Amino acid sequence: MGDDHSHLSETQIRVRALESALVERGLVDPAAVDALIETYESKVGPHNGARVVARAWTDPEYEQRLRADATAAIAELGYTGRQGEHMVAVFNTPQVHNMVVCTLCSCYPWPVLGLPPVWYKSAPYRSRAVSEPRAVLAEFGVQLPEETEIRVWDSTAEVRYLVVPMRPAGTEGWDEERLAGLVTRDAMIGTGLP
Amino acid sequence: MNGAHDMGGMHGFGPVVAEADEPWFHAEWERRVFGLTLALGASGAWNIDMSRSTREDRPPAEYLGMSYYELWLAGLERLLEGADVRRVLRAEEVPATLARGGPADRPPPRPARFATGDRVRTRNRHPRTHTRLPRYARDKVGVIELVHGCHVFPDTNALGLGEDPQWLYTVRFSALELWGRDEPASISVDAFEPYLEPA
Repeated sequence: MGDDHSHLSETQIRVRALESALVERGLVDPAAVDALIETYESKVGPHNGARVVARAWTDPEYEQRLRADATAAIAELGYTGRQGEHMVAVFNTPQVHNMVVCTLCSCYPWPVLGLPPVWYKSAPYRSRAVSEPRAVLAEFGVQLPEETEIRVWDSTAEVRYLVVPMRPAGTEGWDEERLAGLVTRDAMIGTGLP
Repeated sequence: MNGAHDMGGMHGFGPVVAEADEPWFHAEWERRVFGLTLALGASGAWNIDMSRSTREDRPPAEYLGMSYYELWLAGLERLLEGADVRRVLRAEEVPATLARGGPADRPPPRPARFATGDRVRTRNRHPRTHTRLPRYARDKVGVIELVHGCHVFPDTNALGLGEDPQWLYTVRFSALELWGRDEPASISVDAFEPYLEPA
């Protein structure tokens, strides 16, 4: 897919005409469209996922529940619904590094991470994450020991994956909120480290 | 369908480049297309598999020449042709509708054919219609890693032929099996039972 966003005016007109016609026919409530946009632009985002990870780092019983039934454990913190109906949490260890992709489209765990960044939806990531994950990670500045196993999860159905990175050394005694501040979006996709 | 959307393993797209400021949307029309797609998706006039199928079903050069939200727009326009929108999503219903989502799990119509640890071979199937088994993972041997229960089968649901729930498994393949390289990497796909046979 091209990253060319230059046909804007023509497309803008086409979209306005489409929306006007739909509103006129009573098929769309424009306030609902506004609410949907606002939800994903300013409410849902990786800060949700960061709370899940920080809870798992500080509460071993929560970690167990996240391993056993991630959908239910994530719902405990209030994150449910669209594009997160069936969650699986995958845990990094010193031996295994997880990363997530959707080679066929752009599947992504919206309730915990919000909308995906453009690179996640782009042809370079979708084509290469499965076939040369180590090279892709290097482009993100993630250098792993040669013997570390990389596990790539291609989201080809309605199951959505959340990577739980390892808790960084030197954070003993930190509270959940401070730890959540370390957890980046990329760390929860698997293309970064906290 | 063997379309340009099925990108796993393709060459030539270059490095992964992250934007500096990473806006969710790059123009106002992208916002509206996103919102309209979700709002109309809640009308029940079509299902998520039809949405995906409609976005990907176009000549490869065309697909690759369009931006992400141009594909969404073209998909939405196509879905609206002849659609019967009976339910209109109201603003006040948005939070509850999103929180509910659209679970894909269904009661199992039959026992699962495979269990965790079983070796399976993906079928060498190339339907001209919507499917969720990527080309790179066809006719390959892997191991059942997770059993997710029965889920709506996209291959039939995208065609309006019903949900036909099927057992869904995470199948894990070695990098050697998929790419011919013996390195410490494995790749999993979520595969429906009709995609699999015992190995």
